[in-house]
Amino acid sequence: MPEILSAPLVVEFPFTRSLGPVQSAFLTGLRERTVLGVRTTDGRTLVPPVEYDPVTADELRDLVQVDPTGTVTTWAWNPSPRRGQPLDRPFAWVLVRLDGADTALLHALDAPDPEAVRTGMRVRVRWAAERTGAITDIACFEPYEGGPGERTGAPHGGVFTDPVTSILAPARLDYTYGPGRAQTRYLEALAERRTVGERCPSCRKVYVPPRGACPTCGVATDERVEVGPAGTVTTFCIVNIKAKNLDIEVPYVYAHIALDGADLALHGRIGGIPYDQVRMGLRVEPVWSEDGRHPDHYRPTGEPDADYDTYKELI
Amino acid sequence: MDPARDVAVVAFAQTDHRRRTDELSEVELLMPVLHEVLDRTGLRTGDIGFTCSGSSDYLAGRAFSFTMALDGVGAWPPIAESHVETDGAWALYEAWVKLLTGEADTALVYSYGKSSPGDLRSVLTRQLDPYYVAPLWPDSVALAALQARALIDAGDTDEPELARIAARSRESARANPHAQLPGARDPGEYVVGPLRTGDCPPVGDGAAAVVLAAGDTARRLCARPAWIRGIDHRVEPHGLGVRDLTDSPSTRLAAERAGAFERPVDTAELHAPFSSQEVVLRKALKLGEAVRVNPSGGALAANPMMAAGLIRIGEAAARIHRGESDRALAHATSGPCLQQNLVAVLEGEPS
Repeated sequence: MPEILSAPLVVEFPFTRSLGPVQSAFLTGLRERTVLGVRTTDGRTLVPPVEYDPVTADELRDLVQVDPTGTVTTWAWNPSPRRGQPLDRPFAWVLVRLDGADTALLHALDAPDPEAVRTGMRVRVRWAAERTGAITDIACFEPYEGGPGERTGAPHGGVFTDPVTSILAPARLDYTYGPGRAQTRYLEALAERRTVGERCPSCRKVYVPPRGACPTCGVATDERVEVGPAGTVTTFCIVNIKAKNLDIEVPYVYAHIALDGADLALHGRIGGIPYDQVRMGLRVEPVWSEDGRHPDHYRPTGEPDADYDTYKELI
Repeated sequence: MDPARDVAVVAFAQTDHRRRTDELSEVELLMPVLHEVLDRTGLRTGDIGFTCSGSSDYLAGRAFSFTMALDGVGAWPPIAESHVETDGAWALYEAWVKLLTGEADTALVYSYGKSSPGDLRSVLTRQLDPYYVAPLWPDSVALAALQARALIDAGDTDEPELARIAARSRESARANPHAQLPGARDPGEYVVGPLRTGDCPPVGDGAAAVVLAAGDTARRLCARPAWIRGIDHRVEPHGLGVRDLTDSPSTRLAAERAGAFERPVDTAELHAPFSSQEVVLRKALKLGEAVRVNPSGGALAANPMMAAGLIRIGEAAARIHRGESDRALAHATSGPCLQQNLVAVLEGEPS
């Protein structure tokens, strides 16, 4: 058994998210150093604001300004900040009920140590130097000695001339991908320019590439079977649109290829023959690039075409 | 409402839960569990009327990752199949409803999660509100710690009691050969205060599977079926600052609708990944001292993502199968600070 393969896998997705009227007003407000809540039909003020009442499901649109000062309702000391979090030194996570609000906002509190933090302590917003209309326009909270009602600026009704209508929400997650036992064997064999499938102990079919299980019988496949190298084109398509960053001239042919001895066709590109001469039944063999760990493409072997009856079950 | 027909858990199997399973793909991890649960009933994959699974692409880092696991259940010729992108307890709920409709007599429910390929605390931030919360990257331990602090401030618990909950759970897990962390251990350092290492669940890989059957089919497949008397699931408002973090109204309501308060239960398998969450759940479910809580060790001893909730139902059912319980409650959760909660009530017939 070769060593199990693994490789870094980074998943990054910069979602652009559109904002509804309430979220737009709230995040635009942060850009303007103004904190807005939304009033419910029974007179509570929700901060951060939502578009529908979490209790009654009423549609909420009545924006009201609250203070940038508030009270910690609960907290947690974070001794080891992680990537993406608001501060890069130890800090407290806090839920803060801003003055004028009935619900609490999650954010970070800049404090030197856990002894400096307690439930009920007074805090105020520290604004980010550059603000774009995002929750991170609040850099964090900081301790504050004053009482409520010391609002900065005139009351705001939530109408802006240049509202933020969407946010860009970047995310990155890092994985170490491991293909498992069956696919490791397959990839290791490919590195030696061999193609290895696995046979189902029940139905005796040979799967390539193997994934460790027979999808018909639901049992493990573990008898290794070398297949190919030659095979038969069972079906194909002509690709006319060039994929981004792909160094292959269009049009080209992408085909299902039943390697000799396999009971499942795999995919591959067909080269070494004009695209409009590829046909079902064409006999092909793999072509390996200098340092490739898998066939670069398949080319005609020059043998006569396979009889339809020999591959019709694999289409 | 009385269900139109009786449905029972007739078999349960789970993997040994481990920190890493680098040598196994998801389907390779899952397949022994599928075979074990089918062997217990004598059923083959082709006999199953409905199949439902739970898993998450964010753990795998790949889209539609559950389709690869379908190779393990013999999905050709075509089967009646569904999937939930959450804990398998919710897949079991869907399968239970399917059996209640009479469209199937048996169901295979499975779920799995490999946390080891990624950084779980970061991965779980992606289930949070993408506008106001996720951009701050608050991790799962941080959010649970906010809840723990709220409980301590409210006088509902203190750090020594949290340590006792963790120790009791892991001592119970000594009798569970599948547990990742059997045996009490040192409370450890603060991860995010007031939660210490000991208050947090292990990160690991694992899978579980359950077979459900209706009426006489259940009696034929199992000597003492664990009849599902009710299941319900409820959700809290998604804003953490809207909720009273010391309580779980959704759990209480789900339990009420599942019939949990009609008669006392003798066993409760609670999906409380953090020690502090057991305090919330005991209160919400009005569990007295006489109730045996998490004899399996619970999620503090093994918390394979997407499977740990299904395992609670499976463990509760298995105790009924063995005659160690007559009426058991099983709870599953998903999301931060007990966001979503499912309660099932299981009973064995008098023997």
